Amino acid sequence: MAFDASVFLDALFSTAFLNGALITVSLALLSHAVGIAISIPAALYISGPPSMLRGLTKVVLGVLRGAPTLLQLLFVWNALPQFFPIFREPWFSPFLAAWIALSLNEAAYQTEINRAALGAIDPGQQSAGTALGMTRFQILRFVTLPQAIRVALPPTANEFITLLKITSLASVISLSELMSVTSRAVATTFQFTEYYAAALVYYLVMVYVLIFLQARLERRLVWNTSVSESEPSMVQKALAFARRS
Amino acid sequence: MVQHMSEMIRIENVSKRYADFVALNNVNLTIEAGAKVVICGPSGSGKSTLIRCMNYLAPHDSGTIAIDGVEPKGRRNIEKVRREVGMVFQNFNLFPHLTVLENCILAPVQVRKLPRARAEALARQFLARVHIAEQANKYPSQLSGGQQQRVAIARALCMEPKAMLFDEPTSALDPEMVGEVLDVMVELAGDGITMVCVTHEMAFARKVADSIVFMDKGQIVEVAPPEQFFTAASSARARTFLSQLQY
Repeated sequence: MAFDASVFLDALFSTAFLNGALITVSLALLSHAVGIAISIPAALYISGPPSMLRGLTKVVLGVLRGAPTLLQLLFVWNALPQFFPIFREPWFSPFLAAWIALSLNEAAYQTEINRAALGAIDPGQQSAGTALGMTRFQILRFVTLPQAIRVALPPTANEFITLLKITSLASVISLSELMSVTSRAVATTFQFTEYYAAALVYYLVMVYVLIFLQARLERRLVWNTSVSESEPSMVQKALAFARRS
Repeated sequence: MVQHMSEMIRIENVSKRYADFVALNNVNLTIEAGAKVVICGPSGSGKSTLIRCMNYLAPHDSGTIAIDGVEPKGRRNIEKVRREVGMVFQNFNLFPHLTVLENCILAPVQVRKLPRARAEALARQFLARVHIAEQANKYPSQLSGGQQQRVAIARALCMEPKAMLFDEPTSALDPEMVGEVLDVMVELAGDGITMVCVTHEMAFARKVADSIVFMDKGQIVEVAPPEQFFTAASSARARTFLSQLQY
């Protein structure tokens, strides 16, 4: 069976695929946003001196990191309504269930990233802020966090790419994200390559947009080099290569 | 208790331990306003701990430390007292994500609530005092160690403190950069600010200090004017220490 370009293009520009991709990207964005919002205070908290409550928090984070994401999705979608009648109401949609499950999962991973990033900052920075009479919040806001963000940015972008792809697991709780749209199309037509190719294009476009944004953000966060000292441009690299060869 | 107006830092019966290690053992020391005090002693003698206790950077376990007659209680009051005491660290501890100028205006704007323009003018004035005005827009990593330490001094001065603490300010510097930092400190000493300095630069101590505090094993062994300390130290421990410095 040859590759049917018209099926591929139809799939690529169909509203079903576009909707699926929108659900995928919004689920990933919303889950990561909530995950990050939880992870910053969580990372600051678990970095403190050991205590009972801190130990318990670490156990919970460990469970969230340890349990398969698929299991967590199924748990939130199927088991939560068993425990709490409130989740049996019609407003509890697959999207909401996936959002909750992925946010918690992501919060746990992101907490580790942030904890490591905060730990990478020289304790002397804290001392300097303290000696200047700054409050703990001011030190965090103006000294520690801006430096930690630069450390945390690359792993965070990686985390988002993983998350974007993990959203496909939500197809098991009947969320019509990109992969379930694809599977459904394949199931009725058996034209695997065309539909898989269309899905691949969507995922790659989303990931490359993110990589582009990450690179821009990282450039903005470079603080120890002036413009003239920064990376040589493509043209300069090409000229250097031409001279060498 | 009668309050002497001239006392800048009063340390009474201060002790501090790290786990099993006694860092400070019942230390008493009064530093008058405008005094230049050099603290020296072998490593592990407690000199860095003592200077870090003076601005409550290291909390002491017992005893009292009063700054300009105030013994602050509670985090807010301690933060307030710290504004009056500038500190310069061995490793500079400049903020690497901020330019030299931004390093100098951060605390004045956030802590002293100075308007940005006023803080900037102040910063440029102090950067000029440490002879580094032309580097205002560079990042710390673009400067040499000596330049960075001078920026750190300017940053502390921008809070317009009553006293300056120097914790081994030249120990992390290449030998040829020690001089430029010490020159700035000598100039600063001429301005009448209270200065406490942990250092092994004995030539500097001789030139600037009104008294030398010699520490060993968490205790102050001897307090003496430099001439007396260097020529006729009364304690055997100090004489041994000085003889080892004669290289």
